[in-house]
Amino acid sequence: MKYAYYPGCSLHSTGAEFDVSFKAVSGKLGIELEEVPGWVCCGTSPAHASSHLLATALPIKNLALAEYAQAKEVAVPCAACYSRFKSALYDIDQDEKLKEDVKEVIGSSFQGKVKVLHPLEIFAGLPVAELKDKVKEKPVNTKVVCYYGCLLTRPPKVMQFDNVEYPMTMDQVLENVGYEVLDWSYKTDCCGATFALTETDAVLRLCEKILKDAQEVGANAIAVACPLCHANLDTRQSDINAKYNTQYNIPIYYFTQLMGLAFGFTPKELGVNKHLTEVPV
Amino acid sequence: MSTQTVSSESLQDKRSESALVPDAKFMKQMNDEVKVNVNLCYQCRKCSAGCPMSADMDYTPVQLIHAIRLGLKELVLNSKTMWMCSSCQTCTTRCPQEVDIARIMDAAKIMAIAEGIKPPVSSVHTFNKAALRNIKWFGRMYELGLIGDLKMRTFEFFKDMGLGAKMFFKGKLKIVPSLSPLRTLTTWKIFSRVKKKERSS
Ligand code: SF4
Ligand code: SF4
Repeated sequence: MKYAYYPGCSLHSTGAEFDVSFKAVSGKLGIELEEVPGWVCCGTSPAHASSHLLATALPIKNLALAEYAQAKEVAVPCAACYSRFKSALYDIDQDEKLKEDVKEVIGSSFQGKVKVLHPLEIFAGLPVAELKDKVKEKPVNTKVVCYYGCLLTRPPKVMQFDNVEYPMTMDQVLENVGYEVLDWSYKTDCCGATFALTETDAVLRLCEKILKDAQEVGANAIAVACPLCHANLDTRQSDINAKYNTQYNIPIYYFTQLMGLAFGFTPKELGVNKHLTEVPV
Repeated sequence: MSTQTVSSESLQDKRSESALVPDAKFMKQMNDEVKVNVNLCYQCRKCSAGCPMSADMDYTPVQLIHAIRLGLKELVLNSKTMWMCSSCQTCTTRCPQEVDIARIMDAAKIMAIAEGIKPPVSSVHTFNKAALRNIKWFGRMYELGLIGDLKMRTFEFFKDMGLGAKMFFKGKLKIVPSLSPLRTLTTWKIFSRVKKKERSS
């Protein structure tokens, strides 16, 4: 199996461990990834808050680049990029004029044949035995809750990813590689996302609720699929503890890191050492 | 939730009289921009009940939608609401009338800036501008450069310095941007063509 791969800016910097771990588990599962040549930023929230045309053109430019490289399917791990790609495709499909404008702006053709996939969809599509086969050591004592955040499932008519309020894809993938996955109420709540550096108080308030529920159901790890969710939940725990007089110390993993640990990679090989909230010993 | 009700008293506190003068064209302008009919809203308030940011807004999403329907352009465009929207898409997802509230929040930001209004939550707009500059110049987001740019403009040099340092030592922030003239050309062209197109329309 071979996929074009769009890492996006975060996976090349603050979310580097998502990139490393995604590549590691893909390699183990015989999935070949080829980075889209010359990819550019998807524009993320600053673009859609400034110009609908720009916010649509940037993702489509990247898909046009993938198409040019003969790709049929592009894997997009960052939930924020994934959402921008899917929204752009949906919007040009609904709006002929926008489609024409986008083509003009990106200065290249776009057939619209290339499919956008999240790695969770790729892994969930594999035969269960194939995932189980690769497990080296069944994880013990790790009780995980899966945090999907806003953008993987919403809005459902655009994303068409699992159940919108109660997705199970990540739960199933992690269960299949041997984790004990717990049920909880904050799967798709917002972490404050883009306000990481600007409206930090709002981020602390929202993340506190997420950490609280995770702790209350007895989780000792939170799995995420988005570098923004990861940054907010991982780097703000000491600020949250100071503000709300709490003692959270819950490690936040990309789901690919948890898969990698089960497959026998060392924490270092998966970039677990880059997290600010360290695994309690 | 206390923010669910805004009394007419507080409306007057915060807004000048002129903010309450309806602009007949405003709703149509919004409808055309986002390609939904705002009048479909029947005020069930689902959008606001699920909004994670409503506590930080001056008007809840349903109140903003209602103000658009009433044509209260000045009130809407000067509001904090859209600047405090995290684009989580909960409102759009849950609206039984398929009003794309999240998209309306974006459109309200764009219109406010086009009208020369100074956003009441300046940090968000400053961040957006810095990020877009970054993407235009580098083709990709260069986070350390972005933080530096932001600090230069907001003069909040010490906010989050501890966090930045920790991330830096964990190897999460790159010191040198990854440069590629070809990539810069790609984004530069897209940005300038968008600008030209939007000017002409
Ligand atoms: S959810 Fe939709 S119909 Fe209900 S109040 Fe909000 S905009 Fe109006
Ligand atoms: S998209 Fe914005 S307005 Fe809608 S629920 Fe989320 S934060 Fe609230």
